[in-house]
Amino acid sequence: MANLASDFIGIKSPNPFWLASAPPTDKEYNVRRAYEAGWGGVVWKTLGSEGPPVVNVNGPRYGAIWGADRRLLGLNNIELITDRPLEINLREIKSVKRDYRDRALVISLMVPCDEESWKDILHRIEDTEADGVELNFGCPHGMAERGMGSAVGQVPEYIEMVTRWVKQHSRMPCIVKLTPNISDIRKPAEAAKRGGADAVSLINTINSITSVNLDSFSPEPMIDGKGTHGGYCGPAVKPIALNMVAEIARSMETRGLPISGIGGVTTWRDAAEFMMLGAGNVQVCTAAMTYGFKIVQEMISGLSDYMDQKGFTSTADLVGRAVPNVTDWQYLNLNYVTKARIDQDLCISCGRCFAACEDTSHQAIAMSPERVFTVKDDECVACNLCVNVCPVENCITMTELPKGAVDERTGRVVSDYANWTQHPNNPSVQAAE
Amino acid sequence: MSNSQLTPGIAPGRLPAEAYQRNFSDLDPPLDRHEAHVAADRCYFCHDAPCMTACPTSIDIPLFIRQIATGTPDAAAKTIFSQNILGGMCARVCPTEQLCEEVCVREVAEGKPVEIGRLQRYATDTLMAKGVHPFTRAAPTGKRVAVVGAGPAGLSAAHRLAMLGHEVVIFDARPKPGGLNEFGIASYKTPGDFAQAEVEWLMRIGGITLKTGHALGRDITLEGLRAEHDAVFLGMGLSGVNALRAEGEDRANVHAAVDFIATLRQAPDKSTLPIGRDVVVIGGGMTAVDAAVQSKLLGAENVTIVYRRGQEKMSASTHEQEHATSVGVRILCNAAPVAVHGNGAVREVEFAYTEDTPSGLKLGAETFRLKADQLFKAIGQTLAGQPEALELAGGKIAVTGAGRTSLDGVWAGGDCASGGEDLTVTAVAEGRDAAMDIHARLAQPS
Ligand SMILES: Cc1cc2nc3c(=O)[nH]c(=O)nc-3n(C[C@H](O)[C@H](O)[C@H](O)COP(=O)(O)OP(=O)(O)OC[C@H]3O[C@@H](n4cnc5c(N)ncnc54)[C@H](O)[C@@H]3O)c2cc1C
Ligand SMILES: Cc1cc2nc3c(=O)[nH]c(=O)nc-3n(C[C@H](O)[C@H](O)[C@H](O)COP(=O)(O)O)c2cc1C
Ligand code: SF4
Ligand code: SF4
Ligand code: SF4
Repeated sequence: MANLASDFIGIKSPNPFWLASAPPTDKEYNVRRAYEAGWGGVVWKTLGSEGPPVVNVNGPRYGAIWGADRRLLGLNNIELITDRPLEINLREIKSVKRDYRDRALVISLMVPCDEESWKDILHRIEDTEADGVELNFGCPHGMAERGMGSAVGQVPEYIEMVTRWVKQHSRMPCIVKLTPNISDIRKPAEAAKRGGADAVSLINTINSITSVNLDSFSPEPMIDGKGTHGGYCGPAVKPIALNMVAEIARSMETRGLPISGIGGVTTWRDAAEFMMLGAGNVQVCTAAMTYGFKIVQEMISGLSDYMDQKGFTSTADLVGRAVPNVTDWQYLNLNYVTKARIDQDLCISCGRCFAACEDTSHQAIAMSPERVFTVKDDECVACNLCVNVCPVENCITMTELPKGAVDERTGRVVSDYANWTQHPNNPSVQAAE
Repeated sequence: MSNSQLTPGIAPGRLPAEAYQRNFSDLDPPLDRHEAHVAADRCYFCHDAPCMTACPTSIDIPLFIRQIATGTPDAAAKTIFSQNILGGMCARVCPTEQLCEEVCVREVAEGKPVEIGRLQRYATDTLMAKGVHPFTRAAPTGKRVAVVGAGPAGLSAAHRLAMLGHEVVIFDARPKPGGLNEFGIASYKTPGDFAQAEVEWLMRIGGITLKTGHALGRDITLEGLRAEHDAVFLGMGLSGVNALRAEGEDRANVHAAVDFIATLRQAPDKSTLPIGRDVVVIGGGMTAVDAAVQSKLLGAENVTIVYRRGQEKMSASTHEQEHATSVGVRILCNAAPVAVHGNGAVREVEFAYTEDTPSGLKLGAETFRLKADQLFKAIGQTLAGQPEALELAGGKIAVTGAGRTSLDGVWAGGDCASGGEDLTVTAVAEGRDAAMDIHARLAQPS
């Protein structure tokens, strides 16, 4: 079994699977059980300032999207930061950390946007012996309206300022948690780096309305006839999160800045994908909330098997391995020519590829009266739509034309690598001539 | 050969060659990767899952199914084998409809359980096909343990003990290991010499010596074993059979069903096996069903199971009964044999109708006869050849806790020991648990 031990900005944990700051990490009872189940670390549910805690709604806080068999695909919530008194949280954190020295325990914080408030909270958490702090600049609902959470996270200058305060008033490693509710994720990451952050974590939840009740004419979850946008998370958000992680990992300005990957991590595979794109570890919320703490066992065995297969001896071998292969569209090889191929032995003659290609794409699939489906190489642009809609795995595959072969559609011979920046149709290429 | 189903008497080759091929291949063919993923997707990953509680070896079913779902069947296999080293055999032979799948929440809610047994097979087959043995032996402890019987109980105990670093010797009376996995289980549940392949794979843990052709009471004694080993585990199964107590029982072609099945299991070419045109099987359990179904699959024209009580009392599951009737076996209930008629060999069996009364089973006055070229008795196996010194309970070796017998340093498990159902998976669980208890004892300073 591969060694999964993880060192994230000096914070050590027996594996790279942490629970994200959320209900699973809201109290000592949960966190102890999470550690017992095998989680490598937790980010404690976000703490606010001293004083009366925030209150949550007393109606439903969650809405969801399901597959046909009720598999939960996306979750949305309108919960706020912890609604338990600060003193109790601090006492519990201290007690847990004392008993689980080998596990990571990071405290998530969100206080008003002034130096005194941050200085005060940092001072209060000092003797918990927690391993680090995570600044929650992400919460998209409720807290933003109070000038915290994503209200800060959407303004890079604020992020930089607060991060600087934190680094100034504390010696703890500092992770800045980013909101995805912004158009260019690199900007807040750069700001965090300028402010001295040791790492960024992302994504927090995405503004969303999961559904509308067509009888009560209100968004779900509905509270007394009304609803509000909530934060979307779970498997559905993973592609968005992966892209944001990759953007930070490959940007010149933020390259090398440690990243904790969050958003839809449900299996070992998801975790491995985040790590390949540059995340040093991952955080999980929805999957634990859907299936319980025990799922970490599958993540551990799965990642370990994968690492053994690949001959990776440490999680560091994975981190960032796919980053060099993330590029801009303009650098993709335009002379990489593929054609769809239908395996007639696997084909069940449903005709979905035909409908998709004939109605909405390039009319490149022929259908015979006997319901035999074949690709017309002189029409196929290799868009991959047929592959994606075919119900049979590996029935349609994309095969690469070898160099020197003629693409029947264009009549051109497949030649060496060339991209858009070198293409004659590109106006800037002509301008340079 | 030109025999057919109508050939009178007992004859081989009643069916065309392809029929044997078809009849004795996998009853439930293995799932392919896609089917396994679709089946796995149905599991809800239940908390404190009822299926897991129902499995006698407590396999972490939700975890192994999730491991299949996430594309790691090898990890799934490890999850299975860590609880049940014969997880490959159990996946094929467990009456899942009475165990894990019976209580699956989807069976309870929709009448369609998650296909746990077939998923278990998918995972274990995947790992075993790679020829990998997933466990390594602990450093040798210098302790020696004797195991009597190379059936599921003995093999499971031996593997666990060897894994913990003890030196194990298995003695078995038969020429081949496997116990009923090799000589009893219906051939269509475990085709292709799987039982031997599984033993060979299991033995790769190292530290186990297998001595076949060594019978306790004939070649070795319990006292001798105790003197030479630090502990003894008995997993000798039930090698005796109950008698019918019907007049004429000693006529020719009246056999114990288990003997018929053992011969059948060992025959490489099933078409060479002679079978009656009319076959009667007496009993109501798994053995009766297996004998009847396989008689039919060998080409018998008429096969009847006769059970003395009502159908609801049959210990064979509804699923098995349905399998029997689907291949054309007739099940007759509430009738008990009173005489075996014939001239030297059985020709007819006479039955009396029975009535199940609070004071016991009563035979009615009315009788009927069934034609029979062969009569198979499947009315239960009994303990035989057990050492005198051991206390018995209900005809089996009395055990308490994790298989402790009345003699210090002697453990027992599987069919020969009291308690638990007579199933492969139960034998595996008992062998494993006794091994853990032996290990704990051997670790104590003596
Ligand atoms: C026909 C039939 C079909 C069955 N089908 C199923 C099924 O589909 N599913 C299921 O779960 N269970 C089934 N069972 C029950 C299952 O096979 C047994 O419960 C299981 O094999 C018990 O394992 P064991 O190790 O206790 O005994 P066994 O498998 O009987 O093994 C005992 C071993 O001890 C050896 N032995 C016996 N006496 C001595 C001696 N004196 N000295 C040395 N060695 C000795 C034997 O040779 C044998 O190898 C079936 C049983 C029968 C008879
Ligand atoms: C009910 C709920 C409450 C949350 N509360 C917090 C919070 O207090 N602080 C925080 O930083 N993130 C919070 N989050 C966001 C999660 O930590 C995480 O970033 C997000 O859910 C994406 O991960 P996932 O797809 O694994 O759920 C919350 C999420 C949910 C579902
Ligand atoms: S979608 Fe796939 S299965 Fe259906 S006709 Fe096309 S190739 Fe065949
Ligand atoms: S060993 Fe048998 S009872 Fe246990 S899970 Fe597997 S098939 Fe079910
Ligand atoms: S009871 Fe059924 S659905 Fe639940 S964990 Fe077991 S197999 Fe899965």
